[in-house]
Parts: sequence; structure tokens; C-alpha cells
Amino acid sequence: MLDSLFIYRRFLAVSLRAQMQYKASFLMQLGGRLIITAGEFMAILVLFDRFDSLIGWNVYQVAFIYGVVNISFAVADAMTTGFDLFGDMVKTGDFDRILIRPRSTALQLAGQELTLRRISRLTPGLVALTWAAMNLDLNWTFANASLLMVSVAGGASLFAGLIVLQATLAFWTTETLEMMNTLTYGGVETTQYPINIYRPWFRNFFTFGIPLATVSYFPALAIMGTPDPLGTPLWFQYTAPAIGIAFLIGSLQVWRIGVRHYLSTGS
Amino acid sequence: MLSIIWIAYRISFRFAARFRSSTVSVCALYDCVPHTRWQTADVDLSLTRHLKLAVGCFRAFGPSNPHGYHVMSQIIIEDLIKQFRVSERDAGMWGAIRGIVKRRYHTINALDGVSFSIEPGELVGYIGPNGAGKSTTVKVMSGILVPDAGRCEILGRVPWRNRTEHVGRIGVVFGQRTQLWWDLPVIESFDLLRDIYRIPRNEYARNRDEFIAVLNIEACLDVPVRQLSLGQRMRCDLAAALLHSPDILFLDEPTIGMDAVSKLAFREFIKQFNQKRGTTVILTTHDMDDIEVICDRVMIINDGKIVSDGTLDELRRRVTLERRLVVELVDNVSEHTIHPLANLASRDGKRIHIQFDPHQISAADLIAHVTSQNQVQDLFVENPPIEETIARIYEDQAT
Repeated sequence: MLDSLFIYRRFLAVSLRAQMQYKASFLMQLGGRLIITAGEFMAILVLFDRFDSLIGWNVYQVAFIYGVVNISFAVADAMTTGFDLFGDMVKTGDFDRILIRPRSTALQLAGQELTLRRISRLTPGLVALTWAAMNLDLNWTFANASLLMVSVAGGASLFAGLIVLQATLAFWTTETLEMMNTLTYGGVETTQYPINIYRPWFRNFFTFGIPLATVSYFPALAIMGTPDPLGTPLWFQYTAPAIGIAFLIGSLQVWRIGVRHYLSTGS
Repeated sequence: MLSIIWIAYRISFRFAARFRSSTVSVCALYDCVPHTRWQTADVDLSLTRHLKLAVGCFRAFGPSNPHGYHVMSQIIIEDLIKQFRVSERDAGMWGAIRGIVKRRYHTINALDGVSFSIEPGELVGYIGPNGAGKSTTVKVMSGILVPDAGRCEILGRVPWRNRTEHVGRIGVVFGQRTQLWWDLPVIESFDLLRDIYRIPRNEYARNRDEFIAVLNIEACLDVPVRQLSLGQRMRCDLAAALLHSPDILFLDEPTIGMDAVSKLAFREFIKQFNQKRGTTVILTTHDMDDIEVICDRVMIINDGKIVSDGTLDELRRRVTLERRLVVELVDNVSEHTIHPLANLASRDGKRIHIQFDPHQISAADLIAHVTSQNQVQDLFVENPPIEETIARIYEDQAT
């Protein structure tokens, strides 16, 4: 386990150094990203400016949930670039190279690339979260602070799990499945707002189907000390992020089935 | 003295046999003597069986075997079968759409009962026309592909069942594709491989320094891989595949696209490395010079079946006994001066190629005859080009 973490860190260091080989390209892409991100953020501000509350939620509460979800997604997105590019690896046969190294395939893919420029997506989330935290009267107990961390970790795991599942499909079909993007990008768009604003079937889907709400909405309620309009108990709000981690573990099991399938069919 | 050893041996043997399911030593013995039936072993053992056991023990635990009890062949392949299902698609847009709804498949027998075994330290050339099943076999042996049926045991492991343990003991070089990190300086790829393969520091330093010197890649070390020439890259790739001192090295068309100097250096390195470290080498190639220079043994695969397996000389003998005498004359030659048992294959000015069968006339007699009749400047005997030999085997199979 420690050894895996060590090699993962080594992979990431290598990936960063490789990205620094193309400094100009990196800076331009980072600049471009920041402009796009700033644009997105302006849109949110405009939105909040028009409606300063959303079915009983004030702006800051919404911004808090928005922040948690977006930070989670940004972390997951930057860390799973290897899985994102995986469809191409299967097509070109580069996956064979991963297979002839004595390390787990998932570890190697996760370490394939830590895309720095994707981290720029962290900015809107961080800004929203900070802004919300300054304006909400939050009680920063140790429990709350750790719950925020766990919530982000759970969220990142969940998004990572979704991206792993998406990549796993590439073992069966070499066409990229854009459909899965409705779950990742669509999931971000949906769960960055308090889920009680949606119809029951829709929010049930994002609670029990793809449990995105469990890693952002419920823990955020606990941190903000707001009772849930849907009436979930406090202990659930504290333990809900664990579901994200369980989801990632499940996804990695499915991934292993995919690898076994690949081994028996070839590409 | 002898009788004491004998008694001690018997006692230890009985003791071991009683716990045969739980003790390593007996499992080891079991491996050593494949045909001993253990159900009857402790009831009655003939002297020869005891001798076999003793020899097995010696081979198993003796100094010549660093891996303990493992004395089977290093690579055992039996009746390997692999079929691929290839979807057929009609041409054009309409065909592509119809392909989504209804797919037709046909199966290809990539491997159709391949069997062979390879001992430690062998240099094996594995050749065959394109699509014959070479790469499939190599993929199975390197744990990238699971066969449909058959047995594959390498270093006592089934590659795809213990993938990470297995690939930690083999090295693979693909001529078409680099194993190094494209954007990194070579030396950093090496350092990363050290951590991936968990190579002990001193072993790593020793191997790295040796390969840098012998493969002459000092100048490449700080250059990103994408900026290397093909020859340089292949040498770096070879070093990278050997850093962890693998027991077996797979080379899949390694010399493809290399210039002559690089090829020579590459072959020389492989041969010397094999002699020095005893690493088993399995080489697939289309370049018959690679085979001729490097390999002791050649396996030919065609249509998923091994059609020939033996030394290069045996291969030649199987196909043809013909040899050639090349003579360079001072003057032009008249044809009747060639020996009646040999005939002229071709002539090129003052250089003539004489074909002969060494069973009918020895090379010495023929040379004596030719030199007595003509004024000879230079002469030498040669084997027919290996390409012709191989082509003939492929043709034999086709008919």
C-alpha cells in the first residue's frame, strides 16, 4: 500500500515534469482555461444576483454546495486523465505496455498523468466555497472541518469512480461513449444546487442510483447546521461521503472485470 | 558410510512423505520427478526410482539452480489455442450502419495447437510470415493475452493468472513501440523503471552503468525520448527492458528500421548478454540475418502451427542438402571443367557459383577438382541463403 502510494507519487512527479517540457503550450492552455473558468463563474454570479434565494436557500448556502461539488470534480478530473485517454490507448495498443509492467493497471493509469491545467477548474469552486464560508455563520469545529475534507474526498472518489466506469466501457466498445458524460458533467451541473429543488424521481436517482448527492448535499447540510428539508438524520449526513469511496472501490472491481475481458479477447 | 547415508535418506524421505501436503521439500521432489506416483512411493520404491529422486534432489537443491526446486523447462507451452472473432463489415456508409444492427463474424485460428518448451539460457528465433501467430504467442507468453485452451507455464507461473509477478521476471522489447516515457529524458525513464520494478539500488546502478557503457548510450541519457533517432531509441529500450535483470527477454521485431551499424551492435549485445547472464532470449523477426547471427534454435510458425523446430543447421538439412561453392577465377572458365557431380548455378563474370550435394561429392574433392582445372583467385563454400530455406518451408506447408 505504502509502496503503491510511493510509486503513484513518482508517476505524478514524472507527469508534471513532462508537462513542463512544453512550457509555452502549458501556459497558454492554463491561460485559456482560466478565461473559460472566469466566464463560468461570472454566469453563476449573474444568476445569484437575479435570484438571491432558491426555494428557501440563500445565496451563500447554494454557493457552499456549489463549491464542494466543483472542487470534488476538479480534483477527480485532474487525477483521472489517464482513464480519460484510455479509449485511445486500447485502440493504439498502448495498453499492452501497461500490462507488461508489474504494477496494477489502475494505479498505472491513475498515475499516467496529473493534468495541471485541469486543476484550474478548482478556482471557481474554491472561490465560491470561501465566499460562502465567510458569509455563512459557520461553526468551524474539528468535526465540521474534517467532514468538509471527507466530503470533498468522497466526492472526488465518486467522480473518479464514474470516470473509471466510463473508461471500462472502452474494453467492450472502441467508440467513446458520450452518454457517460451526462453522468459526470451532468452530475456536476445537477448536484451543485441543493437537490431538494428537483422532482423526487430525479433526486432519488442522484441519491441512490448515482449517489452524487450523498457526497455533497448531505454533508454540506451538516456543516452548515441546516436541517434537511427532506428530513434525513444527522448521522446519515456525516457518514454519507463514505458512499463515494465505496463507489470508487466498486468501480475498480468492474475495471478488473474489464481487464480480464481484454486479456481474453485482445484488441 | 554409504549405508548410513542410505538410511538417513530413507528416513528423511519417509518423514517427508508423511507430511507431503504441507512440506515444501516434498512438493519440490514431486516437481523433480514428474513420473513418480506418490500414492505408491512410500510403499515400494525400486532402486532406479530412488536414484531418480536423488538426482532430482541434487538438481533441485544443487548449486547450479538458483531458483530452488524449479527444474522444469523455463517455458512450457502445450496445445495452445487462440481464436479471434473478427467482425465483418460491408463497405460504405450503409454497410457501417447495417453493421451496428447485425454483425457477421468469422473466426481466425491465430494459434492452432502450438506446443514447445524452452530451457533456461536458450536463444530462440521465432519466425513466420505475417499473421502466422508469432505476436499472439509472444502476447500469451508475456501475459497480455489469455489463450482459449492449452497450457502455458513460464518460470512455474501462469502468466495471466499471476500477471504482476510474472511480468516482473520478464523483459519485453517491441520494435514498433517504445516502452520509455516519450517526453522524459532517458535517464529519468530508467529511474522510474527502477521504482516500478522495485530494483535494489546497487543492482540498478550496476546494470545501468554496464548498459550505458556497452550500448554506448551515454550521450542519449539527458535527451527526451522523442528526440532520439530510431537506433538510439532501440538501444535505450533494450537497456530499459533489462534493468531488472529479467530471466527471459522477449524481442518482438527489434531490428525493424535500424541501420546496419545499429543492427550489428544490437545483435552483438544480445549474444554477449546471453552468454554472460544466461538470460533466455526469444526473438521474432523478419530479418534472417538476426536469426543467423543470434539464434541457436529456430521455430517456424505458419497458420497457427509450429511447422519446424530445431537448430539452424537442422533446418537447412531438412529442406535441402545443397551447398554452394563460389569461385573467383583468373580467366574465364569453360563449363566442362566443372565436376560432373556438381553444376553451375550462376555466373557473374569471373565469379561462378557451383551447386553441389555434399553427400555425393565432398567440398574438398570439388575444390581439388576445380583448382586443378582452373587458375583460381579466391573461393569459398557457402550455405544457401536462409531466406530461400525459409521460403521453401512456407511453400511446403502451403501445398
